[in-house]
Amino acid sequence: MPTNEIRNRTAEATKYVGNTPFAEEDGSERAETIKRVQEPQHRPKVSIKGVNAWFGSKQALKNINLEIEENTATAFMGPSGCGKTTLIRCLNRMHEMTPGAKAKGQVILDGIDIYDKSIDPVIIKRRIGMVFQKPNPFPTMSIFDNVAAGLKLNGVKDKKLIREIVEESLDGAGLWGEVKNELDKPGMSLSGGQQQRLCIARALAMQPEILLMDEPTSALDPIASSKIEDLVHKLKEDLTIIIVTHNMQQAARVADRAAFMYLGELIEYGFTKQIFQNPEQELTEKFVSGKFG
Amino acid sequence: MSGNTGKQPTRFHRKEVQKMMVKNARKAKLIDKIVSIFAILCVILAVIPLSSILFEVIKDGIAAISWDFLTGKPSAIGRAGGGIGPAIQGTLIVVGLATMIGAPIGILTGIYLSEFAGGGSFPNGVRFFNEVMTGLPSVVMGIVGYILIVINIGSFSVWAGAFSLSIIMIPIVSRVTEETIKIVPNSIREAGFALGIPKWKIILFITFKSAVSGILTGVVLAIARIAGETAPLIMTILGTSLFFTGFNSPVDALPLRIWRLSSQPYESAQEQAWGAALILIMMVLILSVALRLLAQRRGLAVKAEI
Ligand SMILES: Nc1ncnc2c1ncn2[C@@H]1O[C@H](COP(=O)(O)OP(=O)(O)OP(=O)(O)O)[C@@H](O)[C@H]1O
Ligand SMILES: [Mg+2]
Repeated sequence: MPTNEIRNRTAEATKYVGNTPFAEEDGSERAETIKRVQEPQHRPKVSIKGVNAWFGSKQALKNINLEIEENTATAFMGPSGCGKTTLIRCLNRMHEMTPGAKAKGQVILDGIDIYDKSIDPVIIKRRIGMVFQKPNPFPTMSIFDNVAAGLKLNGVKDKKLIREIVEESLDGAGLWGEVKNELDKPGMSLSGGQQQRLCIARALAMQPEILLMDEPTSALDPIASSKIEDLVHKLKEDLTIIIVTHNMQQAARVADRAAFMYLGELIEYGFTKQIFQNPEQELTEKFVSGKFG
Repeated sequence: MSGNTGKQPTRFHRKEVQKMMVKNARKAKLIDKIVSIFAILCVILAVIPLSSILFEVIKDGIAAISWDFLTGKPSAIGRAGGGIGPAIQGTLIVVGLATMIGAPIGILTGIYLSEFAGGGSFPNGVRFFNEVMTGLPSVVMGIVGYILIVINIGSFSVWAGAFSLSIIMIPIVSRVTEETIKIVPNSIREAGFALGIPKWKIILFITFKSAVSGILTGVVLAIARIAGETAPLIMTILGTSLFFTGFNSPVDALPLRIWRLSSQPYESAQEQAWGAALILIMMVLILSVALRLLAQRRGLAVKAEI
């Protein structure tokens, strides 16, 4: 998928909507060079620094710190209710939209804190795609419009470009072959697994740099699940993936790194292999060996 | 991974539970039957008066209907012939105008209450006000229209009638809109927010669109309700035997005409009253079927531009 090219063109097309909260810091070429030499080779795509989150007075996340590298897949694991969903919802400022919920801390995306006052929480979501636990296609829209909605409603008017992106996104989500002849049908007419892939395509159409996936396969059968896992492998080439999963085999299969959370705290974070084979924390060891969770 | 921590039940109570459930099932079946018979009886009870009214209206009114009846002006009292043309025209104008004022305000109020307001004291005040308004006798709206507009303009007028009817309409539409939009699952809204779509566009193109057929039903109900109002019209548009002459002048309306005709002692007037009632019923019926079809069409044509 020539995603980068399309991303550039989309950025071009959405420019006038004010989609540039991250305008390049203007600096001379020399400054750029100095920066490149001085900084570590792999600048983290996302750094989560001291994130705390609450629902009313109940604290759901306690001082989370971790860094996520570009073009990797990271799995968030942990027992039910430990705060995985809350954490990824903090990464695109979705958490604070729940009535009574608030978040504190920094989430630094490409060097800029998305919780900074100058950042518009609406616009930041255009760079970060999200796939929810339950498929949630737009009920009144066709398959085509479901995928195109993000572009159209954000002011992209170029019909030809939209067509192209819809096709590529559906293809990217592994759904194109199944729906290419029925793009006008309602999105709701698809099966659960197809709907989930439709939602992935809808997120991909926005040309996101990061894709947050909240247990995307929890409602799917093994075949549909493995399709989505293959997808994660493929998508990693173009973007950074953060995936919440209950399924440890899945985490082992798809993730480069894994984070284990417990009761709102980050217990351990490291290479997936290390987390599974040689965890440092006893709690992690217990969890990955299935002793609780 | 998540079920392992729960304790295994130490003992199964399968036998006891099943026995109880079987016993209960027999009883449940009987109750089921009684309830459904009762429900059918209630339906019949409700349908009898409704259908007999409809039957009566058709039987007594159909003979009156002719082209002249539909398009002509009323004849002088006591004379046979004449029609209800001005009344049909007036109802279309007054109800149409009231809908153009009342439906948008009602829909916007409903959207505000469901999507922006939450449960603060102002929105709750609006909700309470709505409820009170729905409960007020419609003649009160007539008086309001009379005081605010008729007295100020110095004449009974289309505006005053449309104003009064729209005040009846607003709380109904706002209520239905709020309830229907609230039913749209939150996950749909979140999907929109996650795409970085501005809130007003989500409301307009996603939430509202999902709720539109329910809202249309509400609007039709409200139109049906105001199309049959008589009391507020007496105090606002007065009624006349002339066709529409301007928005600041009196105009006729079907309920008024029905009332006038039926209070005359002449047979032909009585028959015409039934005929006018039949026309009013048909108008409401056609409107609701047409809007229903439109909503369905829209629902199916998901290709429609966003
Ligand atoms: N809308 C809410 N209101 C109040 N508390 C909430 C809400 N959503 C989650 N919580 C609480 O926050 C904590 C973390 O929830 P979260 O949904 O992040 O868990 P999770 O790790 O995603 O669990 P699961 O694996 O079951 O999806 C839980 O204790 C939960 O009770
Ligand atoms: Mg969750």
